[in-house]
Amino acid sequence: MHPQFRLPGAHSSSSPSSSSSPTDRRLSALLRHLADSSASSAMDSENPHTTTISASPTSGFDSNSVFAHVVRAPEDPILGVTVAYNKDPSPVKLNLGVGAYRTEEGKPLVLNVVRQAEQKLVNDRSRTKEYLPITGLAAFNKLSAKLMFGADSPAIQENRVTTVQCLSGTGSLRVGGEFLARHYHQRTIYIPSPTWGNHTKIFNLAGLSVKTYRYYDPATRGLNFQGLLEDLGSAPSGAIVLLHACAHNPTGVDPTLQQWEQIRQLMRSKGLLPFFDSAYQGFASGSLDADAQSVRMFVADGGECLAAQSYAKNMGLYGERVGALSIVCGTADVASRVESQLKLVIRPMYSNPPIHGASIVATILGDRDMYNEWTIELKGMADRIISMRHQLFDALRAKGTPGDWSHIIKQIGMFTFTGLNTEQVAFMTKEYHIYMTSDGRISMAGLSSRTVPHLVDAIHAAVTRVV
Amino acid sequence: MAFRNAISTKFLSRSSVFGARSMSSWWRSVEPAPKDPILGVTEAFLADPSPDKVNVGVGAYRDDNGKPVVLECVREAERRIAGNLHMEYLPMGGSVKMIEETLKLAYGENSDLIKDKRIAAVQALSGTGACRLFADFQKRFRPDSQIYIPVPTWSNHHNIWRDAQVPQRTYHYYHPESRGLDFASLMDDIKNAPSGSFFLLHACAHNPTGVDPSEEQWREISYQFKAKGHFAFFDMAYQGFASGDPERDAKSIRIFLEDGHLIGIAQSYAKNMGLYGQRVGCLSVLCEDEKQAVSVKSQLQQLARPMYSNPPVHGALIVSNILGDPDLKNLWLKEVKVMADRIIGMRAALRENLEKLGSPLSWEHITDQIGMFCFSGMTPEQVDRLIDQYHIYMTRNGRISMAGVNTGNVKYLANAIHDVTNSG
Repeated sequence: MHPQFRLPGAHSSSSPSSSSSPTDRRLSALLRHLADSSASSAMDSENPHTTTISASPTSGFDSNSVFAHVVRAPEDPILGVTVAYNKDPSPVKLNLGVGAYRTEEGKPLVLNVVRQAEQKLVNDRSRTKEYLPITGLAAFNKLSAKLMFGADSPAIQENRVTTVQCLSGTGSLRVGGEFLARHYHQRTIYIPSPTWGNHTKIFNLAGLSVKTYRYYDPATRGLNFQGLLEDLGSAPSGAIVLLHACAHNPTGVDPTLQQWEQIRQLMRSKGLLPFFDSAYQGFASGSLDADAQSVRMFVADGGECLAAQSYAKNMGLYGERVGALSIVCGTADVASRVESQLKLVIRPMYSNPPIHGASIVATILGDRDMYNEWTIELKGMADRIISMRHQLFDALRAKGTPGDWSHIIKQIGMFTFTGLNTEQVAFMTKEYHIYMTSDGRISMAGLSSRTVPHLVDAIHAAVTRVV
Repeated sequence: MAFRNAISTKFLSRSSVFGARSMSSWWRSVEPAPKDPILGVTEAFLADPSPDKVNVGVGAYRDDNGKPVVLECVREAERRIAGNLHMEYLPMGGSVKMIEETLKLAYGENSDLIKDKRIAAVQALSGTGACRLFADFQKRFRPDSQIYIPVPTWSNHHNIWRDAQVPQRTYHYYHPESRGLDFASLMDDIKNAPSGSFFLLHACAHNPTGVDPSEEQWREISYQFKAKGHFAFFDMAYQGFASGDPERDAKSIRIFLEDGHLIGIAQSYAKNMGLYGQRVGCLSVLCEDEKQAVSVKSQLQQLARPMYSNPPVHGALIVSNILGDPDLKNLWLKEVKVMADRIIGMRAALRENLEKLGSPLSWEHITDQIGMFCFSGMTPEQVDRLIDQYHIYMTRNGRISMAGVNTGNVKYLANAIHDVTNSG
């Protein structure tokens, strides 16, 4: 909408009827005198022959914005849940949309070991805030690779792994995707259906085209293993395949180790390139090593792969944006050249990564006592989530809620794909003030012993009253 | 655990017919990338064992002992932040408080544009991130546009717009003979560019030359931009750091705002708050009204989300703590002035030393230029000699980072420069 008159240095008001300054009001009055009776249509018209006042060109720059055509982007579906939750005045409201860990009291958690690391950093006056290298903090990179692939990994010992610090999982995926779009002979990436909502956008903007492979089976609320094998089996040789290392988001459904082995064999026989998204290592089962088995299996066969790591959840460093991209290559020489090309992707994106979060991680991983304390706190978080799963399952069974709810305890990680449909979800929000994404995904981290009964009531009502 | 590993290794090697040991690397054709011209200098410097080595390469501030500096206001802010309540995700657009304070710096403390909510602004990953977000935004919403970039400019500018796939053109800027501004050619280029072109302007302390237009020249540039309907995108990486006075360093932007331009700005706290590695900055786009600003901001967020989801919280907290507290803000202003003054002092000292050595060349440009960098006018071959013979590290375009100059090395530097420029 164009304000039809401009004064030098005028404030632009968003609509003529809400002018606040005396000058604007005088001009409005003048306009009404000069305009004909259909003044309102004249105001919207761009016809230069209508009786609108235009300021002379010398009185100010005609600021027709070059971005006037930009429309408002839709709200992010996940963040929209929290927005709605915040608006709700109900005392029993429950936010099960949030993908961030919450304590039994429903509070965010900063790990003790993280606080300790931060204090150490603050107290060390010799620390500076200089630029990190493009590839990030070297100690952080080394320690992250060890965490992911195992300290005894031959790939690491043979210098075949290049690891670069990136902005959490998102940043690692994006940098990896851009590298592939430039240097890999296949431009298509296969992602599971469903997957985290941001995956498609990340890879599209990186320059890859996205296809899906079957993953979740709504009938069993488990893995559609046959469909997965078929779809990967018919993918073109060399295609990139995105794999959730553990705790699949949003379904919580993971392949068994035997299934992973079959997937590995299939992929290697077709030359498919694995790209792991590891956002929950240690957070899923409580064991860092167990949660890395899928990745390590692929590395152990000597083949190549990419792995994106995030410390957002397992170290609670969400907002610090700490992560790493590792590319396991055939030889050390290749790894070194690959690293140099990764720098060319990063430099024009943000030059070098933020130092604070990586310093915390390196401090913790590099100190044996702090590392051990971390594993204990991490297991504490994972255990609380597993406990919530069992409490929810037991309570639904005790109430006699119709349906098989065993998927709640079979699924793993922060999220449960309940199997509730959009109508049931809407019902639960309206009647019980339960907030979750419309695909029926709930964040177990948002539950506590205190709130489980309320959720059970809501699910029971939804399932019995809403089809 | 070891036993289980042994078993699984056996299991895997039995199926090694499907294993990848015989597979060749997918990356064999990947060429080693050229080293970044600027950051490569520091790498080389660090690798040099010579005790006399001097680093006047990368643009990071050093005190008179050649040491990096963490500002006291920053230390205090960090003390307040440590033991923070939580480290939750920031919104996609970043810290609202930090953005508020940052816009005041660029647009003016009491700017009506801020009050009228006409500015779409998001927290960005320092200046690089802000430029890149804008370039991506420009590509998406003005796909037919190009970007006019000054010659010379910070080398990463070219990489940024290239990776955003926005075609680049250049405009005249530096005048090698006078080591000043080629104002006539600059104005010609503005006039000759097609109407409605996008231009990248350095708000102050041009990098790498240190050559800035005067106030009168800025007014002429603004007028000509008006006549041609050009879009002005300001990269302001040195506000406060150039003259010591943030208001003064924002003059070019204020002139354009007075003239009614709808501009874009990339702001960085890397130098002026010494927050280099924290990656804190801001991208803002001035719109016609609040509604448009809301739309533009939402679209900027859509570009950030698939890049890094949301920006890092730590640096933003430091900035908002400092700028939101009058005492800390005053301390910051003092500390910025100290840094700027030291650099201005070193410029004078370097010039004096060269003149005392009897150099026949003119070194006025050292004190005429402003900000962190001095475009010395030396050739790449002369620079190579400085590196090889004197272990003095700078970029091959002859750019000296004055922040690396101190009372301890200014004589050594002057001698070396005199030597390589005197002997042809």
